[in-house]
This record gives sequence, structure tokens and C-alpha cells, in this order.
Amino acid sequence: MVDSRVTYTESLETINYPKHGGRGVVIEIKDFSLWYGHQQALFNNTLSIERGLVTALIGPSGCGKSTLIRSLNRMNDLIDGLRTQGQIHFSDENIYNPNVDVIGLRKRMGMVFQKPNPFPMTISENVTYPLKVDGIRDRRLLDETAEKALRAAALWDEVKERLHANALGLSGGQQQRLCIARAIAGDPEVLLMDEPCSALDPLATAKIEDLIYQLRGQYTIIIVTHNMQQAARVSDNTAFMYLGKLIEYGDTRTIFTNPKHGRTQDYVTGRFG
Amino acid sequence: MNTKVSEIDKKPKHIGGSVLPARGEPFLWVMGGTLAIGISMIIGFLVLIFWNGLVTFFPKPIHVLTLKDGSLLAGEPIREEYYKPGKEQLEMLDAATREHIKRAQGFASRTLYHTGNFDLYNEDYRWVSDYEVAKTTLPAHVFFIERVEWGPFIGFPESLRAGSEIISKASVSYGLLNAQHHEAVERREQILRIERSDIGKINRRIESERLALRRAALKHGENSNEYRKVSAKYEERIAALQGEYDKLRKEAESIKESDSQYEITLRDVNGLEKTLPLSQVVRLYPANGLTSFRKLGVYASRWLEFLTREPREANTEGGVMPAIFGTFVMTVLMALAVAPFGVIAALYLREYARQGHLVSAIRICVNNLAGVPSIVYGVFGLGFFAYIVGATIDELFFPERLPNPTFGTGGVLWASLTLALLTAPVVIVATEEALAAVPQSMREGSLACGASKWQTIRYVVLPKAMPGIMTGLILAMARGAGEVAPLMLVGVVKIAPELPVDGFFPYIHLERSFMHLGFHIYDVGFQSRNSEAAKPMVFVTTLLLITLVAIMNTTAIHIRNRLKKKYYVGHF
Repeated sequence: MVDSRVTYTESLETINYPKHGGRGVVIEIKDFSLWYGHQQALFNNTLSIERGLVTALIGPSGCGKSTLIRSLNRMNDLIDGLRTQGQIHFSDENIYNPNVDVIGLRKRMGMVFQKPNPFPMTISENVTYPLKVDGIRDRRLLDETAEKALRAAALWDEVKERLHANALGLSGGQQQRLCIARAIAGDPEVLLMDEPCSALDPLATAKIEDLIYQLRGQYTIIIVTHNMQQAARVSDNTAFMYLGKLIEYGDTRTIFTNPKHGRTQDYVTGRFG
Repeated sequence: MNTKVSEIDKKPKHIGGSVLPARGEPFLWVMGGTLAIGISMIIGFLVLIFWNGLVTFFPKPIHVLTLKDGSLLAGEPIREEYYKPGKEQLEMLDAATREHIKRAQGFASRTLYHTGNFDLYNEDYRWVSDYEVAKTTLPAHVFFIERVEWGPFIGFPESLRAGSEIISKASVSYGLLNAQHHEAVERREQILRIERSDIGKINRRIESERLALRRAALKHGENSNEYRKVSAKYEERIAALQGEYDKLRKEAESIKESDSQYEITLRDVNGLEKTLPLSQVVRLYPANGLTSFRKLGVYASRWLEFLTREPREANTEGGVMPAIFGTFVMTVLMALAVAPFGVIAALYLREYARQGHLVSAIRICVNNLAGVPSIVYGVFGLGFFAYIVGATIDELFFPERLPNPTFGTGGVLWASLTLALLTAPVVIVATEEALAAVPQSMREGSLACGASKWQTIRYVVLPKAMPGIMTGLILAMARGAGEVAPLMLVGVVKIAPELPVDGFFPYIHLERSFMHLGFHIYDVGFQSRNSEAAKPMVFVTTLLLITLVAIMNTTAIHIRNRLKKKYYVGHF
């Protein structure tokens, strides 16, 4: 059942953590529930995300994976009538404290969305947008950051000739990698990816997966995916969610080969979903 | 059960698969027909305006008619029509003509001639029935002479007086006339320059001195030392200015003196003579003796005069430059006022306000404002802008000019603001729609980068919505430029002595009243003494207004398309 390309996790021990300290828990979700108006979408989820690893959230449609990942950088705040309970700790601070600086929080968590959403600007302006909102105007710094981020997103070679062309002229896969470059240009600690490949063709998907593998270790990556093979290929840990509840969480290999719950078993083997 | 099945089987089947109403063909015809009617009405309207507007200035031939009673008549044929002569009229005719009319079922045809010579005939248009005419000729040497006053003269140049020398009819050639006329026009322009511009400047300085004195009086009181000092200075300066004024006046007088040496004597077809200064002639040409090239020259020079000069003769002649300028300035000011106002209001409504009953109610109100009669806006503009805001400004900043209002009366600023208010709903609705059309994913992308809500709006939402906002602005400008009724209350006048922009500090005079093409159409068409003479001007002015609106819209559309190209949405 599991794809033969599951080789990424083999090298787990070789990762060093150059940036944000050693291994350990970076995000701790404690008994977190969420309501859209009167409808409850998340039920008492508890989950710890490990630093530097790729954590996949899988589960059938409507199970609350996207809601959960959007809770991590408080993207859900945009929705009227939203209510939460429980805590999410990021660097030992509950991000749902009323006095938390949401903008600062989002700067520490880059996010990539389901559909590529480049801004109506040039490629380099897109990438340096996180710096622009910080008020940085230094041309050299901006150019350096753009190049670094585009290289990290494996897009540099394709766009270096047309950095000042409109980003909307790129292909879908390129746009998504541009969005990843934009997300990492702000030097975040965590990368949130909400089904980043669902709008892409297989080739572009493979490129993004390669990219996730390369970024692993430098950033803590949380990826929501519909595609179980993808979760198996790219992630170290996998969380299976069903109807707003976390059913099972653990090492990806264990989840896919030896799940504890029958429902997980059913889902990863394709019996429902 | 069985019987039912067999009944269905019996029904005839349509070969086409479905019945006519289901195919929807009749509706297709209705829709197409409606569109066709709409388009043909618009095209018909445009053709009418363009044709009448474009031919007005083309020189027409002059017919010289010999009437059966022996008198002569010269004029440009304007149009022909059939009419039914009255009983009394018929009785006065001879038997043959009566018989002719009777055979035509009581109809006779007649032609309207533009005879000019209003000062001699007390009319300048005349209907002539065909049966009155004995002979029609097109003599080559009959002239069409446009004058500064009394409208055109149709006749023959009899003689030309230059000082004591009199050039008689025999030696007055077209070339000589043109050369002399050219000089005379230059003298007229020179006099105008001195009287309008140079003496105007001095008047302005005298006025500003007077205002300075008045300001000092208001500030220090009339018995203070400061006032006396200013007053002494005032006397001194006024004396100097008076000297300059007298000098200019003398100069103008001397040019006028020499100008009066040049006179032209004209004779109409019946031998009536009229002598006038040559400088009073605007343009003269032998109507029937012109080559096609010369005709185009006259046509072009008339357009040039129309587009660049000021109106004469109660706006029925001359140009409409002040009206073009006024329309343009007002529309641009209106766009500058309504764009930020409407966009900011829409931004708040769409992006910041909590969507609920109150916002819905406000939205309905805004939409309904677009349906309020424009004259109501005019009344509001006059009452609020001119009489309340303007009067307050006058009291605070221009007390020395009171009781003459500065901002406390209609002016180009108040007219622009009134129209901005009138067109704000259009901009608000269009902007709201453009903002709503910006994908949520784009906002989320920006917010996820750590941008604040305002930064997201400023850097992502507004640029993306810009083409839609521009569309709203274009619609608003088109509506505003064509609006007349409210303007009549808040600053448009029949003849504005000065343009709202000129070379005197502070260069842009927002308090001034102005002329407007839309109002000009109304004024020329319905308020002038001579409707027949005004008719072509109405068409030309309408053509001009449509062209001006089209130019402004095209510019805005061009800008919008460039923005669209910049922010075009890639699909994959």
C-alpha cells in the first residue's frame, strides 16, 4: 500500500538543526476545540508538533484538518462568529491569549495555500512582500532575500531572467513555488501548507514534494493533504483526523503500516475516504 | 396502467425533439430584436448629430433669386419643405399657379433662405415659395461676409476706404480685400489685447490695492496710524497705476483712430448700402467662386474659431472655448473629488464595517441616492456649499471683499463638489463590487505574510480592484460631464468673463463661475432670439460635448486597460 518512494524518513538522523535550536516540541495543541457559530468543527484535539520535522494532517474531507492548520496562525480570526476553547502553545506562549500580537505570530509562521495566490505584482515584489510589510526598503537586502528565498524554493533558475515580470504570468506549479518562496522569505520558524498540491499536476506536485524534503530540518513543516501517498512520502509524523477529532498521531511509518485504530486502517488502505 | 402507456404512445412525436417554446426560439428573436432597436436608435442619434454638426461650418453656395414681383433676394438655401398655402394666399396667385398647386393636392414647395443682413431687413431667414421665383442664379462675385455684430452680410463689396484713398468697386479684388482685412483683424486683436489683458492687469492691481486698504481698515480701524500709512501708500500707488492706465488707454485710442480710417462699404442685391469698419468683419469669401480647397480652408478656419475663441452675439456666433475649458475643468475636479471620497466610503463599507442590517440599510440608501433628481443635488449644493460653507469661508478669509461674495456664490469648485456628490453612489457601488471580486485567497495570502489589514488593502486589494474602480469612475465622469440641471444653480453662467484658470496668482480660481457645453446647448438652443440661427450651433455644440466626453472616457478606459494588463489574473 505504501509508496516505494518512502525513503525520505531514512535520513532523519542526518538532519542538523541550524536555525531554531535542537529537536523538541515547537507547537503544542492542548485540548483545542473550535466552533463556527453553533457548529463545532474541532473536538478537544491534543497534539505536539516536533521541531524540524514534517508533520502531515490527513483525513477525509470536512474532518477539520484545514481548520486546525488555520488555527495555528489564527487565520480563522477572519471568520465571523468563530469561537475557540483550549490552548495552542507556540514557543511556550498560548497564541489564543487576548494580548498576543497576531501579526507577529503570522510573521513567525509562513503559510502556503491550496490554490496558488501570488499577488498582482512582479515576481520579486511577491517574494519580498513580507519584508515590505515590515517597512524594509533597502534595495540590496530585498534583492538578496528574494534570491535566497527563490533558490530555497527551487525557482531561481526558472525566473531569474524575469524577476520584474508579473507573477501572474507563471505556471500553476511555479506560482505555488513562488508562494512557498514568499512564505520563507520572511524567515519563519514554521511552514504551514494547506493542501499545497491539490491544484497542481503530478509533475509540479513532485517538484513541490522534493522541495518540502529539502526544506525539512530548516523549518518545521505542517502539511495538510488529501493524498495519502504524499503524506507517506514527505512526512515524518502523521496525524489522522476524523469528524473534527484527532484519531491517531504518530510516526508516519507506523500510521501507514501498523495503525492502532481500525478507522485509520480503513482510511489509509482506501476503504473509505 | 396499460391504458395509460398506450395513450402516451398515441401522442405525435416532434421530429425536432422539442416544442418551439422549449427551444426558446421566439425569445431569441425578441432579445435580438430589442438589441437591434436599441442599437439603431443610438446609431440614428449619432448620425443625426454628426451629420448636422459636421456640415454646419461648410460654406454653402449663395443663390440670387429674381422674384416675380421684380425684387431680388440673395441667400444660402437652408432647407426645402412642402406646405399647404392658405386660402387667402391662393386667391392672390394667378390661375396657372393655382391650377398647379391644385394638381399637387394643394401642396406647394418652399425653401428657407439665410439672407443675413439683419440690420437692413430686420430678419435674416426667409421662406420663399417656388412659385414666387422667376429666376435663380449663382453669381460668382457675391460675398458672404461674417461680421462681429449683426450677423453675416450677403452682398457685394462696393468700395474700400483706406484713409483718404478710396478704392472703388472695379479695383476691389478678393486678394486686396483679404490683405486689407488681415491687417484690420490684427488691429482689432491689438485693441482687444490692450483693453482686455493689459488694462485688465491694471484693474486687477487697483483692486488688490483697494482690498489691501480695506483689510488694513478692518484690522486696525480707520483712525489708526497703520491705516493712515497704508492709505498714503495706496493713494501713491493708485496714482501710478492711473498713469499707466491712461497711457494704455491713449495707445488703444490711437490704434482705434487709425483703425477707423479703414472702412468697407457693402451693397446688397437690391442696392441698399452699409458702411462698416473693416475690422468689424470676421471673415469674407465669395461663396460661389470658391475652389474646393478654399472651401476647406473656410471650413477649417470656422472650426478653429469655434474651438479657440470666445462667443459673440449672445453665444450664437463665435467660439465656445470657455465652455470647453469649463466643462473639462469641472469634470476633472469632480473626478478628483469623487474618486477618493467614493473609494474610501466603499472601502469602509466593504472591508471594515460589520456586515449587518445597518450596513445593508446604508447600501440601499446609497443605491437610492443615484435615483434622486439631479436638480435636488443642485439645490443642496447651492444651499450647503455656496450659502453655508462658502459664506463661512468668505467671512473667515475674504472679509475685505464683502458684501461681494467670493466663495459664497456658485463657482466651479461648488459645481464640481455638487456633481461629485451626485456621482458618488456610482463610484461607491462600483468600488464595492470591485472589492468584493478580489479573491479571498489573495487577502489571506497577504495576511499570512504578516501584513496588517490596512497593508493588505493598500498593497493587494486596492491594486487588484483598481480596474473595477476605474470603471465606476468612468461611468461617474460620463454622467457628470453630461449633467446640466444642477449646474445652473451652482455656478454655470451664460457668459463667464474669466476662465477658472489663468495667469494671475493663484492661477486656479475655484470660486469663479464658468461656462459649460451642456448649458451652452440649452442657452443657445432655447434662450436665444433667433432659433433658426442657433440651430446649427446646437448641433455643433452637442457634437463637441459628445466628443469631449468620449475623449475623457477613452483616456480613462485606456488607463484602466493598462491597469488590467498589469494585474491580469493568470489561470492555469
